[in-house]
Amino acid sequence: MKITRAEVEHVAKLARLELSEPELDTFTAQMDSILAYVEKLNALDTDGIVPTSHAVPMENAFRPDQPKDSIGVEAALANAPQHTDSFFQVPKVIE
Amino acid sequence: MKYQVVIGLEVHTQLTTKTKIFCGCSTRFGATPNSQTCPVCLGFPGALPVLNRQVVEYGIKAGLATNCSITPRNVFARKNYFYPDLPKGYQISQFDLPICQHGHLDIETEAGGKKRIGITRIHMEEDAGKLVHTDVPGVGDDSCVDLNRACTPLLEIVSEPDMRSPDEAIAYLKKLHQIVMYLGICDGNLEEGSFRCDANVSLMPVGSNVFGTRAELKNINSFRFIKQAIEYEMERQAEILDDGGKVIQETRLFDPNTGTTRSMRGKEEAHDYRYFPDPDLVPVIIDDAWIEKVRADLPELPEAKYERFMSELGLPQYDAEVLVASRELAQYFEDTVALFNQPKTVSNWVMGEVTRALNDDGKEITGCPVTPALLADLLKLMEKGTISGKIAKTVFDEMYKTGKEPAKIVEEKGLVQVSDTGAIEAMVDEVLGRSESQVAEFRAGKETLLGFFVGQVMKASKGKANPAVVNELLLKKLKG
Repeated sequence: MKITRAEVEHVAKLARLELSEPELDTFTAQMDSILAYVEKLNALDTDGIVPTSHAVPMENAFRPDQPKDSIGVEAALANAPQHTDSFFQVPKVIE
Repeated sequence: MKYQVVIGLEVHTQLTTKTKIFCGCSTRFGATPNSQTCPVCLGFPGALPVLNRQVVEYGIKAGLATNCSITPRNVFARKNYFYPDLPKGYQISQFDLPICQHGHLDIETEAGGKKRIGITRIHMEEDAGKLVHTDVPGVGDDSCVDLNRACTPLLEIVSEPDMRSPDEAIAYLKKLHQIVMYLGICDGNLEEGSFRCDANVSLMPVGSNVFGTRAELKNINSFRFIKQAIEYEMERQAEILDDGGKVIQETRLFDPNTGTTRSMRGKEEAHDYRYFPDPDLVPVIIDDAWIEKVRADLPELPEAKYERFMSELGLPQYDAEVLVASRELAQYFEDTVALFNQPKTVSNWVMGEVTRALNDDGKEITGCPVTPALLADLLKLMEKGTISGKIAKTVFDEMYKTGKEPAKIVEEKGLVQVSDTGAIEAMVDEVLGRSESQVAEFRAGKETLLGFFVGQVMKASKGKANPAVVNELLLKKLKG
């Protein structure tokens, strides 16, 4: 096994996903087969190759430090399920 | 048992760029909530971040000023977690390739020596938004989110666990604070959160070199609170260890109202951030030419300035320390010395009259109505003997109030020092004439009365008589 059921549960929790028992079984099996497939890459010798962080061979794409107009409070809040005049409104976060 | 505290600090400095790190929204503090936002910093699907070049430049500056090596190939990473102030569900940060590594700062210890504090790394990242829990009408128990701060550029500066007392931690923080202010990359405002500190604190038995389990203290926004938070945490951990218990590795929130720290429960599992390279951002390559260009533009740093003020300008250690406290104060001093080349006199005035007037007025040196040029003019008048040192202080107060030139004030108020021997002699004669008993006492040996006579003559001249001439004439007449 490439991944355990406990690991899938942990990852689901981090992603705020609630999975039922049968779903956990399904995803554990699916993720296990995906990982087994990807593991084939380990057969390649990658010594001395810089890990790829971007698919396009490009570097140093910068923006000058010049302000642009923002979109405005109204547009910013337009898609929010709940908001006040100027704030997004969310259920209280308990610490 | 006796314990040794071990402290490492993580400082988040908010950079003084005009715009955010990945979009063109303004970073101005105090704007209407959510008015400085756009699809990028709101985390709308499909919006792409583009890096602000200035942030990289500031990162290089910070690294050079803290003796770091600059990483030639930089990659941004996503740090994944869920919180309502983080619109994308991840923070763009740096992970295995931070912009600066392996630096250090030297701090002065209580014993008067120097101690080197290692800097592990400095990395570029975006800030989160702000949660507002109170004082918004009509939202009941809900929380309010302001994303103006989301995507504001930060440099996180991580020290080695090299500090062994709260005072060392404060010395390091003050030094770092001074450096980022000198570099002009951070406004250094602790209350507004421009310079935030998290402290990793652990205890080990004295004599041991195996670190204990640490607690991470968050939410500390003044130098005083840092000391308080660390001291509280030392006591708390010592009690646990004395009882044979174990310190749990956890994040603890400092409460400035009670001076205590409390556990932020439930954060343990969330500490699994699953970093991976952000495919939205291309690598940043920093070559030597870029580094050297930034190096050439670095201002003189406080430590070098301090040494130079003592060695080249001959200032005492105390003066040098006070004057380099802020870049602006040091600049004011140097601008004045450039026009009036008597460093110690200038230093006395800057640390004395200038600072006093500013403190009374609640102003910073940059807002001082008496410019270096005006202060130099005043000191020149004093040097030439046009006015006495005492009158100079009166003139200074008037300059501070009105912004007028000193020569003009001296003329308008008739404050020119009287050095004319004839005029002073008349006043001396007058004073001696009406002070027969004191004159007799003086001649009988009570020479401390000279001060009384000088005072009387100065009073008669309304402070304008040249004190040196007054002294000379008095002695001549009393003893002669």
